[in-house]
Amino acid sequence: MKIDRHKKDPRFKIAEKEAWIGIGLVLFNFIWWYGFAYGMGSGPAEEYTYIFGLPAWFFYSCVAGFLIMVVLVTAAVRFLFKEVPFEDRSEGGDSE
Amino acid sequence: MNWEVVAPLLIFLVIIFLIGFWSSRQMQSGNSFLQDYFLGGRQLGGFILAMTMIATYGSASSFIGGPGVAYTQGLGWVLLAMSQVVTGYFVLMVLGKKFAITARKYNAVTLIDFLKERYNSKWVVWLSALSIIIFLFSAMAAQWVGGARLIESLTGLSYISALFIFAASVMVYVVIGGFRAVAVTDAVQGAIMFIGTLILLIAVIVAGGGISNIISDLSAENPNLITPYGFDGGLTPLYVSSFWILVGVGVVGLPQVAVRAMSYKNAKAMHRAIIIGTVVVGSIMLGMHLIGVFARPILPGIEVGDKVMPMIAMEVLPPWLAGIVLAAPMAAIMSTVDSLLLLVSSAIVKDVYINYIKPDASENTIKKMSFSVTALLGVLVFLMALSPPDLLIWLNLFSFGGLEAAFIWPVVLGLYWRKGNKFGAVASMLTGTGSYILFHTFYPNALGMNTVVLPIVLSLLTYVAVSLFTEKPSSAAAEM
Repeated sequence: MKIDRHKKDPRFKIAEKEAWIGIGLVLFNFIWWYGFAYGMGSGPAEEYTYIFGLPAWFFYSCVAGFLIMVVLVTAAVRFLFKEVPFEDRSEGGDSE
Repeated sequence: MNWEVVAPLLIFLVIIFLIGFWSSRQMQSGNSFLQDYFLGGRQLGGFILAMTMIATYGSASSFIGGPGVAYTQGLGWVLLAMSQVVTGYFVLMVLGKKFAITARKYNAVTLIDFLKERYNSKWVVWLSALSIIIFLFSAMAAQWVGGARLIESLTGLSYISALFIFAASVMVYVVIGGFRAVAVTDAVQGAIMFIGTLILLIAVIVAGGGISNIISDLSAENPNLITPYGFDGGLTPLYVSSFWILVGVGVVGLPQVAVRAMSYKNAKAMHRAIIIGTVVVGSIMLGMHLIGVFARPILPGIEVGDKVMPMIAMEVLPPWLAGIVLAAPMAAIMSTVDSLLLLVSSAIVKDVYINYIKPDASENTIKKMSFSVTALLGVLVFLMALSPPDLLIWLNLFSFGGLEAAFIWPVVLGLYWRKGNKFGAVASMLTGTGSYILFHTFYPNALGMNTVVLPIVLSLLTYVAVSLFTEKPSSAAAEM
């Protein structure tokens, strides 16, 4: 089953989708990072709460934020990214 | 001389040298010399790809300059540094498969090859080659200075002898081994950076009596140190966020990083590299900058930021272990320098010489040219680094921003936006780099953001406006 497309390499559609996923992840990463850092860290330092000895804003923004990004990036690559061949240059001859 | 510290460093240099030498012997079986020498024959696997990207990107500023600033600024600077986690996944995801496939279609060996085929313009090639040569050459000089200073401070050798040792050990494996040697040594260097960071972080926490203890010492000294705003409250949210452009998403525009996005074997390698890269770059950035902050209560009163990292390592670790850990910044510097050296050499040999001066050069001539240009460049950088400029971190960031502003849109929009054309690309490169230099000189940190932000916005507007205005896609572009 192969649909012939002369205009656009079907692999590029996959590539473009994955690029958008990258942009989405960056936006999420930024909002998480900014939200916890300045949402929780803006008050006076005397009123900070602490997690594992670190100020809570720092723990959530930088430590938890990093771990969450690792999980999300791994999930995105595992479940959303597709393996495509790079070398192939024939248009209609290959069999899938 | 403290032999217990120096011995692990020497062993490290010898190992790197041997690996570089071994990789150069792998090369002979390859088909095209140019593809092999400058791109490793597009055969990188996931682990090496991740490591070479991180090691190329992570430089003296991640291991020496950055922790030094964090020592002064406190947790606010760690927050800023964490914007770099993005580089672990964003570059490979955005350039991604499209770049890998297109580069193969074009048979591109360098970033400039890609631009040349995409835009069909001599001007694009000349401008890119020129900016790569100028900016990366100065970045290289700054890194060599950093490397030599580090050897100087660790061994007590004179600056010139330190510089000589550093230059000689890098040059040998780059010149004979090319990209494969660079990538494989980068993998080893990246692993050392990762392990060194973890060891030192743990040792610093133990020496400081636990995290809670360190944090309360810091807040007793100056509560600002544990806020996101820096020691004097000077780090505004806008300023800190603007670093997401400079050291986060803008890294896509760095030629030394982008060229790696066409060097991998297959989609599987890319997928693995994204995951490994994110984990490793995040750990290194978080760890190294935290080390800088945590060092403060343990060793108060260090005046020169660049000395924080070497001094804290010697303070909290037994000498032999300090030697291993201090191989990490050395590795970071070497792995950046080797890539830059090869990239500048490829710009001269492949992009200028073969493209325009002697297109019919024989394989043998190309081979000789590649080796000798690479060696000559090394000697030139060595001479420049003899009278070193100060403030390593800023010099490094300068060439960073100039290149990002030049390349980010011609590369990214060249890939994904069919209507982008050569006029847009040339105008955008000129605007990007030109306005970066102007802003840097006359109005640094304009509107409270890092200097790079406005030039990147301006070059985007120029690219889009000029491309639309001169619209008439060439046949090559229409295929995209």
